[in-house]
Amino acid sequence: MTIEEIKQNGTVVACKPRLLNDNNMHYCPGCSHGVVHRILAEIIDEMHLDDNIIGVAPVGCAVFAYNYIDIDWIEAAHGRAPAVATAAHRLNPDRVVFTYQGDGDLAAIGTAEAIHAANRGENITIIFINNGIYGMTGGQMAPTTLEGMKTSTTPYGRRVDLNGYPLKISDLFAQLDGTCYVTRQSVHTPAAVRKAKKAIAQAFRNSIEKRGTSVIEIVSTCNSGWKMSAAQSNKWMEENMFPHYPMGDLKNTVK
Amino acid sequence: MPKVRGAVDINKERCKGCDLCVVACPCDVLSLQPKEVNDRGYHFAFTVEPDKCIGCAACATVCPDGCITVYRAVEK
Amino acid sequence: MKGNEAIAHAAIRYGADGYFGYPITPQSEILETLEELMPWETTGMVVLQAESEVAAINMVYGGASTGKAVFTSSSSPGVSLKQEGISYIAAGELPALIINVMRGGPGLGTIHPSQSDYFQATKGGGHGDYHLIVLAPASVQEMADFVGLGFDLAFKYRTPAMILADGIVGQMMEKVVLPPARPRRTDEEIARQCPWAVTGRAASRRHPNVETTLELDDERMEQNNLRFQRTYREIEANEVRFEEYYTDDAEYLMVAFGSIARICLKAIEDARERGMKIGLIRPITLWPFPKGQIEKLSRKVKGVLTVEINAGQMVEDVRLAVEGRVPVYHYGRMGGIVPNPQEVLDAFISHFPETARQ
Repeated sequence: MTIEEIKQNGTVVACKPRLLNDNNMHYCPGCSHGVVHRILAEIIDEMHLDDNIIGVAPVGCAVFAYNYIDIDWIEAAHGRAPAVATAAHRLNPDRVVFTYQGDGDLAAIGTAEAIHAANRGENITIIFINNGIYGMTGGQMAPTTLEGMKTSTTPYGRRVDLNGYPLKISDLFAQLDGTCYVTRQSVHTPAAVRKAKKAIAQAFRNSIEKRGTSVIEIVSTCNSGWKMSAAQSNKWMEENMFPHYPMGDLKNTVK
Repeated sequence: MPKVRGAVDINKERCKGCDLCVVACPCDVLSLQPKEVNDRGYHFAFTVEPDKCIGCAACATVCPDGCITVYRAVEK
Repeated sequence: MKGNEAIAHAAIRYGADGYFGYPITPQSEILETLEELMPWETTGMVVLQAESEVAAINMVYGGASTGKAVFTSSSSPGVSLKQEGISYIAAGELPALIINVMRGGPGLGTIHPSQSDYFQATKGGGHGDYHLIVLAPASVQEMADFVGLGFDLAFKYRTPAMILADGIVGQMMEKVVLPPARPRRTDEEIARQCPWAVTGRAASRRHPNVETTLELDDERMEQNNLRFQRTYREIEANEVRFEEYYTDDAEYLMVAFGSIARICLKAIEDARERGMKIGLIRPITLWPFPKGQIEKLSRKVKGVLTVEINAGQMVEDVRLAVEGRVPVYHYGRMGGIVPNPQEVLDAFISHFPETARQ
């Protein structure tokens, strides 16, 4: 069989999902956001949610998420996505409502909104991209920046005596009675992507079944901010981020 | 014995040449264009060894920009 | 009932979809009354005590984005916290109602009444070029009536409206006729009346609805701003509201809003018994400001006194309307102190001593 014959007669096993539109994403080459956007678009299509879902976009690199996935979106003020999602869902209880937030948005300026939405057990899904840095504003320290990690505001490395400790906010979420599912995933290998996709689908099912708040942390790379290639970033993440932010479920009450 | 064959199409204008598909491919099918660039200036990915493809879709699974379509066929 | 309670009752009867608030004196009765009335059991209205004023206003932003009639209330320090969200609601061209039952500031200030948030309410408050429609009630009846009026104007112009009440109107008890109860709008009605609403039904609509305030293309951002300004000009042309008392034969004019206008009216009635011909104009919309009527009256009176429970804020808008034709003075008390009619009249006479000699 020639390559052309395979394309003509074979089955399509992977392609750009229908709901990911043709706009070129503004993310840097190799950015984890793109992978998460793609699997979100796949899940929403596979679960037939495109007529029943509201996304809440953050301030940060993913501020333009609404330009790429063809569903209804609300662009929130910095950190306020869980408050916006709370009202959007309470007033439209049949809708699946999710927030998509970075570490600065969720774990710094928006800590109160995130923790309290989860503590109320709002039937929403929080997708939390943790790459340990502020990407959009040019690589400043995030609450999740690792000790010793160099950023533009910690040029000699994060010092815990000056800047405190890298915040494991998902561990906090897992402690709250309002959360039903808290898991830490990544999207750096094909296997990891498949697991992350399953986790997000599980979270959306939890929202539909009104089981409480689901939090999907995705430990991610920011190769521009980290100043290395995409492939190097994946390796660095495995070696440095994973020991502090270990993969796997922190809580799952819906087994 | 039936053999699984694969093929990939890469949307070269959407590709940003991040190299993640090249790293993910278990069969060394893909590479980045060493010289040629797309309209946005990226050295986009292409199939340097197309016949080696087994259609596993690892490349498309890690692609951040949804640039890759993967086909699979069984050769009898 | 109390003014604050009237707001809660009126909102349920209006068919409001949601309230998001945070306790602060002197307006906590709004949240308390709503929780007591349990409208979620009757009309289906959502009532939620948020973790902060910041969260509450962003819940309003989220709810308004879905086309629902939502509101929040607070008092001065809390309304300062809400300013970020109010700017987003204005920029998002979203209808919403915000209630400020003012207390004295700055800072934590006092829990006692004040009108010192006039600047904040009428000049923007948050960042960017925007206005709120600002309604100033002077009675419990108006507290009830302005809920419906505020929502109607907010939806008509797709812009947030504010009820700027002072602690006196919030706390005082009067008889009130509540508006007739009407059902909440159905999702179908919302989809029809608010085609922009983020209802989550992108597939049925065949296009996504996106609520965003971000626009990095300068040309388009200027166009957005020009569209906001056109809306504001339209509101200025159509929605100015005020009340006049004794202006037909007035030789002098007082300008006052909210509860202090009632005290001024008493002072004016006392003065008229002494032959002093003073009139009163009470702006009901603080923005748009009744500058046309004040300008007109300034051509026939000899002087103007604004009376406010602050250091002199509305007086600036009055002076802009009068344009120097006659003297414009301000009288006010601060710190939660509300002047009585005699003090107002004494202040008037001190500025216009010729009136006392007549």
